[in-house]
Parts: sequence; structure tokens; C-alpha cells
Amino acid sequence: MFQLVKNIKNNSMVNEEKLMKSKKRQQAIAFGLFGLIGYSIVAILVAILAFIIIKGFSAISWDFITQMPEEGMTKGGIYPAIIGTLYLVLGSMLFAFPIGVLAAIYMNEYVKDGFLKKFIRLMTNNLAGIPSIVFGLFGMALFVNKLGFGDSILAGSLTLGLLALPVVIRNTEEALKAVDDTFRLASYGLGASKIQTIKNVVLPIAFPNIITGMILSIGRVSGETAPILFTVAAYFLPKLPHSIFEQAMALPYHLYVISTSGTNIEESRPIAYGTALVLIIIVLVCNLSANALRKYFGNKVKMN
Amino acid sequence: MNKIESKNLDFYYGAQHALKNINLAIKENTVTALIGPSGCGKSTFLRLFNRMNDLIANTKLTGEILIDNKNIYAKGVNVDALRKQTGMVFQKPNPFPKSIFENVAYGLKVNGIKDRKEIEERVETSIKQVALWDEVKDKLKKSAFELSGGQQQRLCIARALAIQPSVILMDEPTSALDPISTSKVEELIYELKSKYTIVIVTHNMQQAARVSDKTAFFYLGELVEYNTTKEIFTNPKVERTQNYITGRFG
Repeated sequence: MFQLVKNIKNNSMVNEEKLMKSKKRQQAIAFGLFGLIGYSIVAILVAILAFIIIKGFSAISWDFITQMPEEGMTKGGIYPAIIGTLYLVLGSMLFAFPIGVLAAIYMNEYVKDGFLKKFIRLMTNNLAGIPSIVFGLFGMALFVNKLGFGDSILAGSLTLGLLALPVVIRNTEEALKAVDDTFRLASYGLGASKIQTIKNVVLPIAFPNIITGMILSIGRVSGETAPILFTVAAYFLPKLPHSIFEQAMALPYHLYVISTSGTNIEESRPIAYGTALVLIIIVLVCNLSANALRKYFGNKVKMN
Repeated sequence: MNKIESKNLDFYYGAQHALKNINLAIKENTVTALIGPSGCGKSTFLRLFNRMNDLIANTKLTGEILIDNKNIYAKGVNVDALRKQTGMVFQKPNPFPKSIFENVAYGLKVNGIKDRKEIEERVETSIKQVALWDEVKDKLKKSAFELSGGQQQRLCIARALAIQPSVILMDEPTSALDPISTSKVEELIYELKSKYTIVIVTHNMQQAARVSDKTAFFYLGELVEYNTTKEIFTNPKVERTQNYITGRFG
């Protein structure tokens, strides 16, 4: 009898051990798999970066960044394209940021749950999904032609702004939602109005996330080719634009044209890679600054 | 004259009848405890006094709530001004992510007080009132989050006192605090009584017995019994009250 009990005990202990081992094995396999996937993503990113860096490194120099292109794009720099991209980024943000943030504040702090809110959200999401070439065509039809701005920095900025708008709205909304309601309640309890509460409590708390979103939009907008195709981009301009009604060169467009239909494709290849490298560096710098700024503001908000 | 009074008060969250025909009068400079099991409506009732329920969609109120004999739900009442009269302290301490000084100054600034000196004086007064001054006077510019939970809650009380309300509404102010902080806050309530009218929602019956002059027992939206704290806890008139305070249900 005692032996029987001992056997049953031993059996269940052995079963327990088997179970533990099986669990450990499963866990190891799962973590291994996740690790593999995670590292492959890093590997892909590293591969792309390495490719561009290796091919484009030789083209980078101080002259490259500060000089005008020469001899049919086979020599010289891409300075005007860099400046053009900067203008477009600035212009699109001037348009998308205030409107986007205000729209998000309206959505999150004012509109009651209901049909209207769902409708606006649906429309915003759809706007986010529109292909960028369609934005380009729309921009051309509206800003370039109908409103008569012509191919211009203004038209290009507005078009890019439209592209960035739903991203800014969604991102800002998330940032506002993340602000704990208890802070709003405390503010109202002290007799503050809604506007005062938004301005003094909600926005300062949401600020780091809003700014991060804006910087990420910048990274995105600087690389868009299709929206600027028919609205602003020029292949070659002898001088930098002096007004928003003029055309501008831009990095992504420059890269595209040089690689496909320039005057001397083979000889311009190094410049093309150099352009790609500059573009990637801009996006990387944006992402890294977004991170750093968020950390900085994150601390500042607490010390306020 | 009663400081606060509810007359034939019914309140609905949508179709849910949350408060049923509540008639209750609170005298000035007293501490009144609202007790009852979860969901009985005591917090809802508390929030009526500063119209915080207005922030929730789809609610309905019938009857009157009077503060200083004026119906605060009458047409044309300025809600922001009303909330200046009543300070609220919440269950979980919620200081703003700002400095200690800015937290207490907040109520003053949003109510239009600009004079730097006046703000500094009133901030100091309020922080002293909650017996926190010695602990924070050298770090007023530091973040309020660096304080302990109990200190944060006292800071929130100071923040409410700074706007010089006449009524203080406390919704389970010590349920997230340790026993020592709890007793500090209870001491504070006792001291504040002489200047303010305090209504406190509490789950803790010992606390109600310790700090309040009168106690109201709520159950499923009804006011079951309302009497001096002594009577409620030693000689309740209604059986249900008796069952609740003896722990038959909770």
C-alpha cells in the first residue's frame, strides 16, 4: 500500500518535471523565434543603411552639401535640393501643425461621443490612407491650377501639409487621450474653465508626445516624392527660390530624376547615392531628435 | 440656515435612477460623512455640490441643491464661480505635474489673481494650513511628484484651500494612503471644521465615526438614515443601517 502511494507520488513528480521541461522548451523556442524576427528587422535596417552609406559615402563632402549642381548633375552639389526640402518641410508644418493640433483638441476635448465624432474620425482615417500620388494630383488641380498658385513652394507645402494632416491629428489625439482625466477633474474642481484647463494642464502634459509626432511627420514629409511631382519640384533651377510662388528643387525628386532620366545617368550615379544618403540622414536625425526631445520635455513637464 | 441642502433630489445616469428623492440638510462648519456600500450613490451625491456631474454626458437631475439658500442648478448659474466656492479632494492624490508652488497657485491663477505677492502669501498660508509647510518650504520649486502619497494628498487639500472655498468636498480622501498619513489628514479635517463645511465620502466606518458630526447612510440610491454620528453608530433607527455598520453586508 505504502509502495503504491510512493509510486503514485513519484509518477506525479515525474510528470511535473516533464511538464516543467516542456514549458521551458516551449519558452525557449518562442523567445528564440521572437529574437530571430527582432534581429532580422534590425538586420534589414542595417543592410539598407549600409548599402546607401557605402555607395553614397564617396559623394559626401562639404561641397556636396553647399554647392549647386554642375555639368548636368554629374558634378557639384545638391545644395538647392536640400534647401528646397527644408522650405517644403517648414511650409507643410506651418500648415499641418496648427490645424492638426486644433482639430485634435476639438475632437478629444469638445465633441461628445456620437455620430459626428465617429464620422470625423472615419474621414480622418480615410484621409490618412489616400495614396500620395492622389494627393499630388489633387494638389495640382486645386493649388496649382484652380487657385492659380502655379508650380510653387506654396502649392507644394499645402499639398504636403494635407498629407501630414491626418497623421498630426491622430497623433495629437492619442497624446491628449493619454492625459489622465483626473488632472482635468482637479482643474475643473478649482473653478477653471475648459479652455483654461486645456491650456494650463492638458496641453503641457501632452506636449512631449505632440512634438514627437510632429517631428516624425517631418521625417515622413521630407521623403515624399509623389505629392511634389506636379506641384513644386523642378529638376534644375539655376538660383534658389526667392518667394513661395516659385518652384524649388527637392531631395526625393532629385534622387528620382537623377536615377532615371537625367542627362547622364551612369555618371550621376554617385550623386544619386549621395542624395539618398543625405535624405536618410535627415530622417534619422528627425527620429533621433524626436526621441531626445521627448525625454527632455518629459523631464521638464515634471519640474514645471 | 443650512449651508447645503438637497430637496427632493433625483438623479439619473441615462436610464439608471442613481439617487432617489434625497432630502438632506447640512449645517455650516460641520463635518458630514456619507457612508454606504459601493454603488449606493454617495460619490454621485457629493459631486452634485460642485456640479462635477455636469461633465458626464446623458445625466438628468430633478429637484434642488441649495448652497447658502441658492439653487445651484438654477438657470444661469455660473458653474466656474460655483466651483470656486467648493474645493474638491479626490480619492487618489492628483497634484498637477507642476512644482509644489505652482500646484497650490493654480487655483488662484485661473481665477484671475495676478499679484505675485498675494499669490505667494496665499500659497504659504494654505500650505501651512495643511501642516505641510515645514516639509516643503525649501523645495517649493520641486515637482509635486517628489512628495509621498500622504504629502501629495495634503498638497491637494492645500490647493483646494487656496481658493478660499466655504465648502470642502472629499471623496474617500484617505483610501489610498497609509495609516499615518490617514491620521494626519483626519487631524486636518478636525482643524478645518471651524472654518469650513466639510462633506466626506468614506468607505471606512471607523473614520466616519472619528471625524464626522453627522453621518448619512446611503443604500441603492436612497438616503436610509441621517443623524448625528453618535446616534448612527450606537443607536441606529433603521435595521438596514444596523446591518451595514455591523458588517452584515458591505
